Amino acid sequence: MSAPEGTSRLSRQRIRSAWLFLAPMLIVLFIVAAWPLGRTIWFSFTDASLDLMSEAEFIGFRNYLEWVDFGDGEGAWYGLLADQRWWRSVWNTVVFATVSVTFETIFGLIIALVLHQQFAGRGLVRAAVLIPWAIPTIVSAKMWAWMMHDQFGILNDMFMALGLIAEPVAWTASPDTAMIAVLIVDIWKTTPFMALLILAGLQMVPEDIYEAARLDGVPPWRVFRKLTLPLIMPAVLVAVVFRALDALRVFDIVYVLTPNTDATRTMSVYARENLFDFDQFAYGSAASTVLFLVIALITITFIMATRMDLEGKRQ
Amino acid sequence: MTSLFRLTTALAGLAAMATGAIAEDLTIVHGSVGRDQEVLRKQLDAFEAETGHTVTIVSMPESTTDQFGQYRLWLAAQSADIDVYRLDVIWAPQLASHFIDLGPHVADIVDDFVPAAIESQTVDGKLVALPMFLGAPALYYRSDLLDQYGEAVPTTWQELTDTAGRIMAAERAAGNDGMFGFVFQGAAYEGLTCNAQEWIHSSGGGRIVEIDGAIEINNQAAADALSLAASWVGTIAPEGVLNYKEEDARGVFQSGNAVFMRNWNYAYALAAGEDSPVRGKFGVSILPAGPGGQSTATLGGWHLGVSRYSEHPEEAIELVRFLNNYENQKERAIVTSRPPTLNAVYADPDVAAEQEFIPLWKPVVDNALPRPSAATLRKYNEVSAAFWTAAHDTMSGNGTAEENLARLEGELRRLRGSGW
Repeated sequence: MSAPEGTSRLSRQRIRSAWLFLAPMLIVLFIVAAWPLGRTIWFSFTDASLDLMSEAEFIGFRNYLEWVDFGDGEGAWYGLLADQRWWRSVWNTVVFATVSVTFETIFGLIIALVLHQQFAGRGLVRAAVLIPWAIPTIVSAKMWAWMMHDQFGILNDMFMALGLIAEPVAWTASPDTAMIAVLIVDIWKTTPFMALLILAGLQMVPEDIYEAARLDGVPPWRVFRKLTLPLIMPAVLVAVVFRALDALRVFDIVYVLTPNTDATRTMSVYARENLFDFDQFAYGSAASTVLFLVIALITITFIMATRMDLEGKRQ
Repeated sequence: MTSLFRLTTALAGLAAMATGAIAEDLTIVHGSVGRDQEVLRKQLDAFEAETGHTVTIVSMPESTTDQFGQYRLWLAAQSADIDVYRLDVIWAPQLASHFIDLGPHVADIVDDFVPAAIESQTVDGKLVALPMFLGAPALYYRSDLLDQYGEAVPTTWQELTDTAGRIMAAERAAGNDGMFGFVFQGAAYEGLTCNAQEWIHSSGGGRIVEIDGAIEINNQAAADALSLAASWVGTIAPEGVLNYKEEDARGVFQSGNAVFMRNWNYAYALAAGEDSPVRGKFGVSILPAGPGGQSTATLGGWHLGVSRYSEHPEEAIELVRFLNNYENQKERAIVTSRPPTLNAVYADPDVAAEQEFIPLWKPVVDNALPRPSAATLRKYNEVSAAFWTAAHDTMSGNGTAEENLARLEGELRRLRGSGW
């Protein structure tokens, strides 16, 4: 194989047909992913407005950071990276993603373990558990908005009947509880998704390992810690990355459920507001670009930190 | 016989084309509140019967802020899907370039309209939208409760605070646990801008941005007005008011759980409706004022514009004219209690008999305070968002009124830059 031409005719042909087969997917990916992303990044370096996109002019990094001289010896930093509201949105998003994914993983794991057991009506329960995940987010957010309404909501009614609270709580309105309300709805909605992915991991674990453990008389908790958990870890980590990617770009729940305030505004809500509500298309593009970078950074860090096996080489 | 039939059909077709009487499919978009949708559909049915065109309604969420984002997107994409938009009174300067100049098409009737309404929709001499109905909010009060406790209709915000507190405490002591004193629109959206502008302007705190573009909002009168409003949350107003829009407030008031409500005119017809628990038990008055100010009502209203990207502009203009004719404005005034835009409807004896609110409200509508959309042009939405954020932060205990107004002033200066 060390001949000057390097590869045989056959393998050259194989490589050619491989590219040919990949081409449709690459073209589609370019159209739906790379091109819009590239456009967004380009717009973030211009002064584009939604009405006058064709007249956008390059202005460098001014949407990101700019020193504005007031002309009287004083000045201030402006731009996305100097915007308190933006950093508050980043903080909100990270808090939301961390808390929601943590709870969803724990609850998902518990539900998956239960659903993995043999019991009568398991098929029915498995289907029923998926219902929250199957409801479109906009519908469940609106549904919960009514359930959490301070005057007409059933949640306050139930809690008051149980004596848990003395006064109706304005779940979505008060800045103290707004983020909690969002988290409750998201955890309710997305736990089934985690449970499903973890359940798939559980079903991959061979039965004979458990049998051997049973014969050796290993107590159940040790079986879980030393056998089950390590064996399903790859599946759990993949599920966590999926969820984290999803949670970091959260928009719909926050937008529908809570008022547009600093308490819950996420990166996506911030970007949309600038893109469409305000006449700040370029600035919103800059926010979208940084959002993309933040998500990429967090995901890469997570994959490196957990030494996740993405190529399936390690066994 | 058949050939004769064919000939006549062909001739009929030609004639139809020559006169332009081809049935078209039109689309109108609006954000329905109260009975808007029902009345609009009924009037569109009449239009369809008269002209042979069909009209589809696209219905949007109640929040005007949400509507704007979607409309902006459609218009920027030059979508031909929507022919007629129902536009908020504040949008004309921001969206003017996307709409047909209706001026030449309504020259024969434009003088019948309320001049201020036409003026608000005219941008650089172009009539962006033909005014459909106006809005000037009222203080709704429970007349039965005021009588029962021997209280007068408040004329100042402080009186409102005290009266609401007293009646609420008495009602709660009597076992009515769900009773609140005052509900309004406190969610962080355009509606709060209207509410807060009224508190501040009526207390002598000036406008959000003055007519000449000056920024003078950071003053003591404005801070006092916001502080008083902040004191309502969790006392006379439910804490949930921080996420209330128009219909949330009406829900509380109409189910009998609030003494006072600030709301637009549409709520009158609904609260007086046959299925309303507060029917016959409430009245309306002008909004209270603060020390050193006069009662202020924000100018609202919704107006019909024809998209530049419409494929049937002529039919769309016909539709706009139809929806704003005397009969339809009169019907809307009676059924939805929306103040009309034709001067003559205010004097109509049927309207006065059926909906006494309308003629009573004419002076309030005439003196209503516009939001600074004309002064701030394309930056209005950001100005409004900065303003409602300052108000919402103050009410939710996130900084004092003074701190938030100082921050607002800085924010507005940054937005203005070298000029609006």
